Amino acid sequence: MISDLFASTVLIGIITSGIRLATPYLYATVGETFGQLSGVLNLGVEGMMLMGAYVGFYMTFTTGDPWLGLMAAILVGLLMGVAMAFISVTLQAEQGISGIGVYLFGLGMSELLFQKTLGTVETVSGFPAFKIPLLGDLPLVGGIFFDHNVLTYGAYLLVPLSWFILNRTTWGLQIKAVGQNPAAADSLGVSVTKVRYVTVTVGGVLSSIAGASLSIALLNVFQQNLTSGMGFIAVALVYFGGWNPLGALAGSLLFSTVNALQNWVQVLGIPVPSDFAVMMPYVLTILILVIALRKVRQPAALTKPFERGEA
Amino acid sequence: MTNSPTKQVNPKGSESYGRWLGPLTPVLAALAALLIGALMLLALGANPVEAYTAMASGAFGSVNAFADTIVKATPLLFVGAGICISFRGGVLNIGGEGQLVVGALAATLAALTFEDWPGWAIIPVCLILGFVAGGIWGAIPGALKASLNVNEILTTIMMNQIAVQGMNFLLRGPIMDPIQIEKGSFIPQTARFSLAADLPRLSPTRLHAGVLLAVVVAILVWALLWRTTIGFRIRAVGMNPNASRRAGIHVGRYAVLAMLLSGALAGLGGATQVLGVHHRMFTDGSAAGFTGSAGFNGIVAALFGQLHPLGTIPASLLFGAMLVGANKMQRAVQVPSALITALNGLVVVFVVGSEIWRRRLARRQEVIEPGGDPNLATQESGVT
Repeated sequence: MISDLFASTVLIGIITSGIRLATPYLYATVGETFGQLSGVLNLGVEGMMLMGAYVGFYMTFTTGDPWLGLMAAILVGLLMGVAMAFISVTLQAEQGISGIGVYLFGLGMSELLFQKTLGTVETVSGFPAFKIPLLGDLPLVGGIFFDHNVLTYGAYLLVPLSWFILNRTTWGLQIKAVGQNPAAADSLGVSVTKVRYVTVTVGGVLSSIAGASLSIALLNVFQQNLTSGMGFIAVALVYFGGWNPLGALAGSLLFSTVNALQNWVQVLGIPVPSDFAVMMPYVLTILILVIALRKVRQPAALTKPFERGEA
Repeated sequence: MTNSPTKQVNPKGSESYGRWLGPLTPVLAALAALLIGALMLLALGANPVEAYTAMASGAFGSVNAFADTIVKATPLLFVGAGICISFRGGVLNIGGEGQLVVGALAATLAALTFEDWPGWAIIPVCLILGFVAGGIWGAIPGALKASLNVNEILTTIMMNQIAVQGMNFLLRGPIMDPIQIEKGSFIPQTARFSLAADLPRLSPTRLHAGVLLAVVVAILVWALLWRTTIGFRIRAVGMNPNASRRAGIHVGRYAVLAMLLSGALAGLGGATQVLGVHHRMFTDGSAAGFTGSAGFNGIVAALFGQLHPLGTIPASLLFGAMLVGANKMQRAVQVPSALITALNGLVVVFVVGSEIWRRRLARRQEVIEPGGDPNLATQESGVT
């Protein structure tokens, strides 16, 4: 039965769903990369994903239009991002702990609203798969790469876009300067506060979209604790990716492929207890953290609030 | 933020600030959270007064209700007392959920294995094994942090998930109740432990001896942190690792120790839950199904108690009351009890968000009396 895993249809299935399942990781990881590069560790990603997933789902459920669902998720992500920036930047709260607070808030709030407004698990017709003309008809490759929903394409476009922003624009330079040496950036006239507000808000919006991509594009359902730890994994993937969108891409793909593999192992009935299959990604995350941290140095000012006049 | 208190010129000025503001900040934070909760209740079409009244009566309305509140507060206190050690030691242990689970599992395995042992033997063995298992589960992220500088927040969260899947595996297979297998219903739970393994209970309420144990543990943690050299070093490492290193303290070792003790207390909490409350282990597939999110709520309680083990006792009681009361509230005004999870999140945010006022006051105090010991101010400022 193990050999079933290597049959071509299964392999194609694993790769295709690996590419699809990378979507939420990509949004959340790239978003968190922005915040961390500017020196803010947002551990509330999971809570923001849950809120985005719920709001996106509910809007789609009531209006039937996933685009409106996406808009609603973006709005909620914006609000939660600004709130997180206020907590971390203005109030200078201990980031490891305040993020857990935001997580608990998102977890409780999304469940509260879910039970109050829906009560039972419903499904919606979210973003459909959209075959790209010509490319989508290519044999093999077409099905794997060019037959996905809009949010999945968006996630992959986000990678080069954010790479360009971070490495080829003044704004990207400012973000990194603020994350490495806020005092120096400040003395050159860069507003540390403004840069961090923007990056954390961008992170909030992208986390929220990540959640929505689950509820209105990949799974098309919402239930309590839908994301089950994906947001925390995304934070870990930022370390793995070395604070670089391309690294984030590699990490997301690795992770989603393990997820896909785990699903197929269960589908094929390979006698590995499913609990261990589910456990795999988390063990992998710890291994990844151990390996990744030897590679790249983290932004020097990560988790350190900045105040003028302090060294 | 008035100027009048700064006029104090006694050398202990900054400490008296801490005393004055210390207990007040979390209370204000809780009030703010309850106020937002009231607005949320209004938005959900429920009467906040009615909801909070129902919550209070559900938590304190009768002897049994009060006993339930105390029982619910017990795991929070175990976890919270451990959190006081780890957070004071500068390591953020978010792994309470997993540590509760492995502690409970270890106690369960022992209780099932030695089912014909008498109570005086089986109970201590179960508790000790729970303590040890939780300690190991906490020490792993601690060691990774100390030796490789791996972020302990992330590893503890991952360890939570690993513990849960381990629990699911054991309960769905190897240690499933034989009766469940015979009947073919396959509910993932163990057989009921032998009666000898039950913690002594104050009938007819659900109060069990684990409650006392939790209070004793909290007092011991206080004694450890403020009355022993080890505790002093743990706090020193948390406050200023570089200075501690220069003073010859083995920083990594104390970080691991703080995580180990923190995890061990959560593990002990898990063991008392199975011996004192459930008398068997069960799972619904998630961590919260068994722990009731005590691993997270214990953090909330500890922060609320100013990361002081004795302050964590009343704080645990308060959050235990909220959790027990939430069920009554849900029935009375049809607002899901998940509201409490959201409010707990807000309490955390408000408590750590309000630290800034305290730091500013402390700093102003330092400027006014340069001779004062700045450590006193930092020491009082809770999260470091």
